[in-house]
Amino acid sequence: MSNPTQLRYSKEHEWLSAAEDGVSTVGITEHAANALGDVVFVQLPEVGDSVTAGETCGELESTKSVSDLYSPVGGEITEINEDVVNDPSLVNSAPFEGGWLFKVRVTDEPADLLTAAEYDAEIAG
Amino acid sequence: MSSTEPRRTALDALHRSLGATMTDFAGWDMPLRYGSERDEHNAVRTKAGLFDLSHMGEITVTGPGAAALLDFALVGNIGGVKPGRARYTMICREDGGILDDLIVYRLGETEAESSHYMVVANASNAQTVLDALVERSAGFDAEVRDDRDAYALLAVQGPESPAILASLTDADLDGLKYYAGLPGTVAGVPALIARTGYTGEDGFELFVKPEHAVELWQALTKAGEGAGLVPCGLSCRDTLRLEAGMPLYGNELSTALTPFDAGLGRVVKFEKEGDFVGRAALAEAAERAAARPPRVLVGLVAEGRRVPRAGYAVVAGGEVIGEVTSGAPSPTLGKPIAMAYVDPAHAAPGAEGVGVDIRGSHEPYEVVALPFYKRRK
Repeated sequence: MSNPTQLRYSKEHEWLSAAEDGVSTVGITEHAANALGDVVFVQLPEVGDSVTAGETCGELESTKSVSDLYSPVGGEITEINEDVVNDPSLVNSAPFEGGWLFKVRVTDEPADLLTAAEYDAEIAG
Repeated sequence: MSSTEPRRTALDALHRSLGATMTDFAGWDMPLRYGSERDEHNAVRTKAGLFDLSHMGEITVTGPGAAALLDFALVGNIGGVKPGRARYTMICREDGGILDDLIVYRLGETEAESSHYMVVANASNAQTVLDALVERSAGFDAEVRDDRDAYALLAVQGPESPAILASLTDADLDGLKYYAGLPGTVAGVPALIARTGYTGEDGFELFVKPEHAVELWQALTKAGEGAGLVPCGLSCRDTLRLEAGMPLYGNELSTALTPFDAGLGRVVKFEKEGDFVGRAALAEAAERAAARPPRVLVGLVAEGRRVPRAGYAVVAGGEVIGEVTSGAPSPTLGKPIAMAYVDPAHAAPGAEGVGVDIRGSHEPYEVVALPFYKRRK
């Protein structure tokens, strides 16, 4: 498993893309998807919602458990991935691509987001 | 440190080489899944799956008084089990509370060998069951032996399992009925071959010496290659048994419930000879259940996609009317399902206005009769 180097990561196992026109894409990492098992339901924030860095903004259900979804940054939701709502297995099959969760216009970015190398170390520990 | 070290089965290295996600289960490090648990589940429903169940607790009871001891210690009529057959039963406390649910196999084909039983307990309760059997054996001409380390247990389950197993054994599988077991040889390995399982499918459980487990696993894997057999973890075992409406100790069964509270009063055989542990309390529980029906174990099927979990409240008209004991997304139904104990007034299939409180929001659920899934014979 390799964590893409162009992304940054939260300790809650979300990834964040580099902003384009101030908007970043958020998903969960392959490590998190593997730990969850088959994801069967995702509840995402709605377009226009404000999210706060480090706070819950949705949930992910797998066969065995339900997990909170945290936003790695603060901002306003501009788009959610309807494909993943209809087919949550995308979170497992393509966590860094087709399984992305939402896009957010970033207004607050914590200083402690991790690089891929730092996140690799985090999940290895 | 050593006391908290998980126990590992004889197949541990093999599971790791297959990339299994492992989980702690009753102190054992067991495979949770190898890949997608949904794919594993579907393989068992349509083809075949191979499980390591070596965490299950085997206890051997032998001697001239073995049947009398088991009739006294358990709620079932064990003396009535014929050689080569098995029985689903329970062990209860003096107050009627369920200590564990069990399968008892009567081994041996000849009269001379016939007072030889194997009791299979849940991993989480094996020590409790062993202790209770030893304590209850006082005064009986029987020996209770801890055989937990004497066996590895492999299960091959699913519609393709008879053909897969038949390619590896000369044993008469066609003559082996559901809930029967016979000694035989599978892939050159001596095994007790039992037609039992916990998946709602046809299948077999193979009790073998731990040193033969890897060899047998590999032979089954190879024999099942063309038939779609895949290794399966405990995660899919749980959704398979849930769809099949089978109770799990710790979820649907506990010391706080008698078999009558769990809707399984039929396992208590008052008509058998002699006293048995819990008889008086269970007779009262049976009367109580008849006079004032307790909560009923029902099936719930979601209309939405949020999954009910054990402990969630079942609601109707703003009131709590029950509690979920097991819940999961059902691969076969394509919807979340649950088992729950609910008040009798809301237990009829199709009961109106029943929902589950899923973290504060009341999601509508349909009450159905168990099981959710029954295989076509």
